[in-house]
Amino acid sequence: MFYKILTTVVVLSSMLWSMQFAMASTLVYCSEGSPETFNPQLSTSGTTFDASSRQLYNRLLEFKPGTTEIVPGLALRWEVSKDGLEYTFVLRPNVSFHSTKYFTPGRFFNAEDVLFSFNRQRDTSSPWYTVSGGVYKYFNDMGFNKLIKDVIKLDDNLVKIVLNNPDSTFLSNLAMDFSSILSKQYADAMMIAGTPEKLDLKPVGTGPFMFVKYEKDAFIRYQAHPSYWKGMEELDKLVFAITVDPSVRYARLRAGECHVMAYPLPSDIKSMKKNPSIKVAEQAGLNTAYWAFNTRKAPFDNLLVRQAMNYAINRQAILDVIYKGTGTIASSVIPPTIWDWKGPDNDYVYNPDRAKKILASTGIADDLEIDIWAMPVQRPYNPNARKMATLIQQDLHKVGIKANIVTYEWGTYLKKSREGEHQTILLGWTGDNGDPDNFFTPLLSCAAAETGNNRSFWCNEQFNSLISLARIESDMQKRKKLYKRAELIFKQDAPWLTIAHSVRFQPYLSKVQGLKIDPLGGIYFSGVSLKGALK
Amino acid sequence: MLQILFRRLLLVIPTFIGIVALTFFLIRLAPGDPILLIAGEHGVSAERYAELQQQLGYDRPLFIQFIDYLWQVLHGNLGLSVVTQTPVLEEFTSLFPATLELSLIAMLLAVLIAIPAGVMAAVKRNTIIDHSITTISLIGYSMPIFWWALLLILLFSVNLGWLPVAGRLNFLYDIEAVTGFMLIDTLIANDRGAFVDALHHLILPAIVLATIPLAVITRMTRSSMLEVLRQDYIRTARAKGVSEFSVIFKHALRNALIPVITVIGLQTSILMTGAILTETIFSWPGIGKWLLEAVYRRDYPVVQGGVLLIAGLVILVNVLVDMLYVLVNPRLRQ
Repeated sequence: MFYKILTTVVVLSSMLWSMQFAMASTLVYCSEGSPETFNPQLSTSGTTFDASSRQLYNRLLEFKPGTTEIVPGLALRWEVSKDGLEYTFVLRPNVSFHSTKYFTPGRFFNAEDVLFSFNRQRDTSSPWYTVSGGVYKYFNDMGFNKLIKDVIKLDDNLVKIVLNNPDSTFLSNLAMDFSSILSKQYADAMMIAGTPEKLDLKPVGTGPFMFVKYEKDAFIRYQAHPSYWKGMEELDKLVFAITVDPSVRYARLRAGECHVMAYPLPSDIKSMKKNPSIKVAEQAGLNTAYWAFNTRKAPFDNLLVRQAMNYAINRQAILDVIYKGTGTIASSVIPPTIWDWKGPDNDYVYNPDRAKKILASTGIADDLEIDIWAMPVQRPYNPNARKMATLIQQDLHKVGIKANIVTYEWGTYLKKSREGEHQTILLGWTGDNGDPDNFFTPLLSCAAAETGNNRSFWCNEQFNSLISLARIESDMQKRKKLYKRAELIFKQDAPWLTIAHSVRFQPYLSKVQGLKIDPLGGIYFSGVSLKGALK
Repeated sequence: MLQILFRRLLLVIPTFIGIVALTFFLIRLAPGDPILLIAGEHGVSAERYAELQQQLGYDRPLFIQFIDYLWQVLHGNLGLSVVTQTPVLEEFTSLFPATLELSLIAMLLAVLIAIPAGVMAAVKRNTIIDHSITTISLIGYSMPIFWWALLLILLFSVNLGWLPVAGRLNFLYDIEAVTGFMLIDTLIANDRGAFVDALHHLILPAIVLATIPLAVITRMTRSSMLEVLRQDYIRTARAKGVSEFSVIFKHALRNALIPVITVIGLQTSILMTGAILTETIFSWPGIGKWLLEAVYRRDYPVVQGGVLLIAGLVILVNVLVDMLYVLVNPRLRQ
């Protein structure tokens, strides 16, 4: 009898101990910087989104973890009118907002919250519009200010969004961070208290984690949302340990001070992969590095010169030297992450002899001298533009072209190139929503040539009408065909040399389970757990 | 004494106005535009650009902007950060205690080691002890901080596991920030474990930050002591049979300290403003990193306000050093 009681006590206490441990599991993420705000509507920075929208909020639609596929979020389902102008969303019932030290919600999520979240960004007469600076850059960049005609509450769980014109990217954009849903009730309470800016600094969302504490440049603390509509997370607490230097982030990971780290140095990947306690997830990044030729300036107004440039550059060498094995050759404008995209058949293969012949046929090869603009900063798609320009310079020298490398301060570089002062320029793009249009329209449309975002200033009517058609077409297969045709024209006309898509790496300790690398570049801790004891 | 203090304080006013003007115009003369930097590759349309400029008040003539800024500063308003939209003063006061705590500990460490080392080198002049101290301080002075910090991290944190890599406190402790000084806050919270942990976190950054001042103060103490030890009154004291300990520490060191105090004052100002690298490597949430980031982003209000507040502190430290100087050297009281 005594032994039975003793065994029961031991088993029960060990169960209680393990339950207590499970409840107290804390994951530490070494993040790369401080968020600008905790309201994703006000920012365009990935660091801010990681700290806010991806842990604290939900959107009507979400990206399926680890993919760019859209799945229901706070909207259970939706219907699109035949003309593609009206989207009706059925909202998920019984979704709780966070109950925190500073706010206790009095009701579940409903249509009022959807209206508030969108109207704050579009209604310039709303008292909320100017709060916290009132710069809704992403909302405007994605054209929502012009696209959305109205947001109508049909009943508490039914919302209709009316558009000014059909747009097949609309649903993808609804899954983006700036479309996060905030609490109208909390907003009202803050407005009445005379502290509306608190809405953006002390967040309340419906997401898997709740905000606890933030100390600038030091840490952000979260805890699991007990009434999360998908069920409470296994992680009890989540900490973002803000660690700016990538070498130090790696040292902290090795010392066990954090479980997951952001943005490793490409040069550290090899040693990380050798370390048995570290796992490195990898995926082609949603980005493209390119070299654009200003088609409004000689000699790049000549198609043959542009094609010769495409033949003259050894992209594999660039990949080996600059990306150190952390990139893939870009045969296309869009990365393979989007719709399993395969580049067009008419991509250029390194052939300096052919480049020379083409240049000779133009009759301008003898004393050709050009400028290559190289970025002064490191970007996700290009680890070292100056060095890349040097490699290009050497390749051009082999085909008899003298190239001068030019650079400016980053803001000036962007401004001057938008104004078309460059001859050729190294630049790139990181996708926002996993839709091909997010690459084609902002970078290569005729409208973008007018604003200067199309750095080649290339405007091909046929190409432009194909991407415009694809933008309003809702059938994915039809869209694919339209983009395929458009890309053939793009390669033939050669306004760019598409250089590389960088590979994204996500190092973490092997005790971390369920972490999925996000193709859109962010990090989500929903569904993540820890195996074994904490340090 | 009061007259000296008053004269020094009077000089502060034009210095301040000069600093406001310099930072205001210099940051605007530098290439770069906060709106364009925030926009990045996405760019911004001309009409939206104009709208944002108006919102931030950058569409007005520069001189009007300056007068307006000066007026706001005189009313204690340093403006809002363009990036975070939080008041500059609030950001500064939340970050400054971390910098001050680290700087003071580093300076204490430097002084406690440097003065005895400098005295020892001077007393044992041209011996192996002197040569060793001089060589070590030269190495310390010329060592790249980034490399030195990473070396210490790899040795003591990653390989030996004795000390934490970065941060101010283990995340298992949740201490309420009352004063912003972690050592004091952990004591207020009456959490001995957290206090010890905070001390552990301070060791590596304090060593790294103390390295250069330690070298400078050691060398300064040595040369100042050598000069004093050659004086007639030292010879007289020795001839009178005063003990060597008393000669060195009572007669020589006190007089040798005058230039050393000046150097300590200057080094303290440099520590508070120049801890950027140390703060970045050790993820220390201080003002150095904050200000550097603001310069990169052309966050004008933060750069202006931050420089102004730091300049104020440097001036304050200098005034204090001057006062200390007067206290140590009675001849200056005349």
